[in-house]
Amino acid sequence: MIGVISYLIFFVTVASILSIAVLGLNLQWGNTGLFNGGVAAFIGAGAYGLVILGGTAQPDHLGGYGLFYPLALLGGMIVAGILAWLVGILTMRLRHDYLAIATFGVAVAFENFMRNSDKISGGAKGIRGFERPFEAFIGDPFYFSIGFFIFAMTMLVLVYIFLEKLIRSPFGRLLRAIREDETAAQSLGKNPGSIRLKAFVAGSMIMGLAGGLYATFYAFISPQDILPTLTFQIWAMLIVGGAGNNKGAIAGAFLIWGVWTLSGWGLSRFAPLEAQLYAGTIQYILIGVIIVGMLLWRPQGLFPEKLVVSQTGDRAQS
Amino acid sequence: MASDILTTRDLTTKFGSFCAVDSVSLSLRKGSITGLIGPNGAGKSTLFNTLTGTLKPTSGQVFLGDADISGLSPDRLFKKGLVRTFQIPRPFARMSVLENVMLSPAQQTGEKIFGSIFRPDIVRRQEQEYRTKALEILDFVTLDKLADQAAGELSGGQTKLLELARVLMGDASIILLDEPAAGVNPVLTQILIERIEELNRRGMTFLIIEHNMDFIMSHCDPIIAMAQGQLVFQGTAEEAQANKTLLDAYLGAPVNA
Repeated sequence: MIGVISYLIFFVTVASILSIAVLGLNLQWGNTGLFNGGVAAFIGAGAYGLVILGGTAQPDHLGGYGLFYPLALLGGMIVAGILAWLVGILTMRLRHDYLAIATFGVAVAFENFMRNSDKISGGAKGIRGFERPFEAFIGDPFYFSIGFFIFAMTMLVLVYIFLEKLIRSPFGRLLRAIREDETAAQSLGKNPGSIRLKAFVAGSMIMGLAGGLYATFYAFISPQDILPTLTFQIWAMLIVGGAGNNKGAIAGAFLIWGVWTLSGWGLSRFAPLEAQLYAGTIQYILIGVIIVGMLLWRPQGLFPEKLVVSQTGDRAQS
Repeated sequence: MASDILTTRDLTTKFGSFCAVDSVSLSLRKGSITGLIGPNGAGKSTLFNTLTGTLKPTSGQVFLGDADISGLSPDRLFKKGLVRTFQIPRPFARMSVLENVMLSPAQQTGEKIFGSIFRPDIVRRQEQEYRTKALEILDFVTLDKLADQAAGELSGGQTKLLELARVLMGDASIILLDEPAAGVNPVLTQILIERIEELNRRGMTFLIIEHNMDFIMSHCDPIIAMAQGQLVFQGTAEEAQANKTLLDAYLGAPVNA
């Protein structure tokens, strides 16, 4: 029984962390129409930022500043934000597929950089030795996992509330206008470049938060955690859930993560022994099929975007 | 001249070696409705795009009042009171009609991330103010019943009215309309004309590209004509109708002449 409960806790914790990343992508793609093909890089920036800033002293590479945990987490977000700002400035003129290609390239470059720069990131071995806050104090791993589960859920709820407020505000209206028609928005006095940059940085910082939580949870980060397939998974979650709808983004994250873990378990259990080595690829095929199926039959996702009819305050009587 | 609101001096816009707008010098009288006519490819829309900042002029200047506004971006021109609509309407399709209109006001506190989260009182007050004004404007252009509908569901003519509503929501002093009556049914065209004249009585200046000659002849004064990038005529409707070359070239020669 305790095994099932602790597995469920693990499942929901990871799903919550992934949900945060999907919410960040939803701000960029769902609300603003920015095709970020480099989600893994911004999750990675947050994760590496946290571990380097908040980790224990490291002999051969950067890090081990042992910063107070919330500051380290915030630091990771800021690292992701700075990366996004630089990428955003460089790709300001790119749209749609061009932006996707450029950001995808950034993510591949980021992963390779981390894999090869032993002095900064510990190279392919990654960075170990992160002391999780309160772990020593709580002692029992089971209780710690419950504590962290509550923490991750709380962060998800906070991010959700923040984004819901944001997209229902005039700022959200501005983002949607940019998504719908940049030329028209500019003719109505809005500066599309600066607005897109804001949305890109804000969304990437949220992904950085997800990365920081992920690294905290595993107390470890390596280039293996930020492969392009991560970007692919986050996108699958948003497409299935419904771009433009924050509830959908969260539902998509839980659903795809569920399919992922369930199919992984099923394959390891039922696939013939000699095929075990390759069984993992079937998971990718499965997710790919789900994406294609959704795009064919329900492109708006399980929870389509709702038309925002009225913002803060009451409708004027008319 | 003090009574001229928009002036151009030798305005030229080239695409490579092709001169789409060729040394155009014109001035729009404050409070006028100026009609801009000419055959397809005469450079009317390019002139519009150059005046409103979508294209940068190759040479020459544009003045709004006494201020040189040559080459300023559309968003900055909007804030200075020079606004436009598009030949092919550009609604924000997956936003409500009301949202389309409420977007326009400049300097909204809630358009900043910080302001939208930490200044709820100011944002709420502004939103109420904008909503009231937006509903008034929608009522003015007869779209009030459709305020909550997605803008993408409107008909072509209604979308033209929506574009007018959007620019009215800003503090425009001069409005450039690119073929407002094209593809619009007669009833909506009539509403559009009435609204333009009403706004004009309140002091708004218009520059209108239009192929509908009834519209141009009965509502625009003066009329200017372009051909091959150049300004070829400037005068009243009577003068335009009396101008044989213009008639033959652009309006078709009269049958009984």
